[in-house]
Amino acid sequence: MSFITGDQLVAKLRKEIKEIDVHQLAEELKHNKDLVLIDVREHDEWTQGRIEGSLHLSRGFLELQVENFVADRACPIAVTCAGGVRSLMAARSLEEMGYTNVASVAGGFNGWKNAGYAFSRPRTLTDDQRERYSRHTIMPEVGEEGQLKLLDGKVLLIGAGGLGSPAAIYLAAAGVGTIGIVDFDVVDTSNLQRQIIHRLEDVDLPKVESASRAIAQLNPDVKVIGHRTQITSENAFDIISQYDIVINGSDNFPTRYLVNDACVLLGKPLVDGSIFRFEGQVTVYDTANGSPCYRCLYPDPPPPGEVPSCAEGGVLGVLPGIIGSQQALEAIKLLLGVGDSLAGRLLLFDALDGEFRQLKIKKNTECPVCGEHPTVTELIDYEMFCGIPHATTVAANGAGEAVLAH
Amino acid sequence: MTQVRIPSPLRRYTDGQSKVETNGATIQELIDNLEAQHPGVKSRLCDENGQIKRYVNVFVNDEEIRTLQGVETPITEKDEVSIIPAMAGGK
Repeated sequence: MSFITGDQLVAKLRKEIKEIDVHQLAEELKHNKDLVLIDVREHDEWTQGRIEGSLHLSRGFLELQVENFVADRACPIAVTCAGGVRSLMAARSLEEMGYTNVASVAGGFNGWKNAGYAFSRPRTLTDDQRERYSRHTIMPEVGEEGQLKLLDGKVLLIGAGGLGSPAAIYLAAAGVGTIGIVDFDVVDTSNLQRQIIHRLEDVDLPKVESASRAIAQLNPDVKVIGHRTQITSENAFDIISQYDIVINGSDNFPTRYLVNDACVLLGKPLVDGSIFRFEGQVTVYDTANGSPCYRCLYPDPPPPGEVPSCAEGGVLGVLPGIIGSQQALEAIKLLLGVGDSLAGRLLLFDALDGEFRQLKIKKNTECPVCGEHPTVTELIDYEMFCGIPHATTVAANGAGEAVLAH
Repeated sequence: MTQVRIPSPLRRYTDGQSKVETNGATIQELIDNLEAQHPGVKSRLCDENGQIKRYVNVFVNDEEIRTLQGVETPITEKDEVSIIPAMAGGK
């Protein structure tokens, strides 16, 4: 049986594969925006420094993963490694897969660096994080870069109740790095039927504290900021402005209008969800990107007492899990910048019918907060707006619906 | 007969049914017929002037009637009408 040595193979490939030097690469990167530069070095080499804008696909996974990133076989590709040898073999493999415009970078990353061209150290996940988020990072739509976006993401939950509980757990599990929770309440035994972040031993503890403990046990990457307060017209801007996205899990109309208006005025996307008995609604209000807001859909609140609350009408235990999880999903999509958000669409779920449906919601050009001639330009008195006399706050709280905050 | 989706808070008027069938060439007629079949429903949907309350949305298929012709929006037997009230529950 005939064989060739490694050196002979390299010499053979040098004759067959197109090579460019680092100076040609620098020119190409400057002028050819279609060029994809693939770095095939191992992960530990890559973390020491890389050419800005390069795609890291280590030699061992190149053939298995390249199509996820570069589908077009005619796309111009430059392959680099440390010294320009492994990139020859990688280029050969790409040619065998049908890529027609492949070049190997002679001299590789070391040549690039020694010639004085700029490089940077990529921000990367730790080994523990790489393990924890491996089901995310293997998907090209997320990747290590997407996971870093999630870790940098800041999501505020209004309420750590039925919707806030599953949302917090899934956001934390997915590695959303900062989760804020606004909740004034303490855990009650009647919460445990659906508010899955709290446990029996948490009864009488502030929900913010109970939720922080649960998140810390699940994922130490996540920083929890507890706001143990009612969200009000006075503090809403201060709190919301610290975050990228707001998830609404409040249980009363004044808070819903307040959070909507504050998000519109600050330009923050609001992932809204609500539940009653066997039904749920979820959507995204993202007025900074032209979508409608809560007031476009519901211009005025119902009079107090007209719409029963979950405390009065009940709510099936699993339902908030479905709606709250949908809200977490929408927030994650927004952070990653993937897919179509629910902006402009109201997703309805009926648990008894076992049915999801979608309705279109349109921007109201006359909307008082996000329309063409807004009349609400600062936060107002939302109890008054919802027809709740201040003097009856305590009684209204007792009824469970017309609460000022949760 | 046009199918009408009834939300949870109004199902006490429809014997718990989530879908009912009724007639009407417009939303207005449909609501009047719905009221005849299930007394009490109309006052939950409409104000004293017969307009849909501003915290209730009525959709014909997936379009909200304020973006169509309001209560005058014509409907056929093939359409599906959905009543979507504001819900505040989250806890």
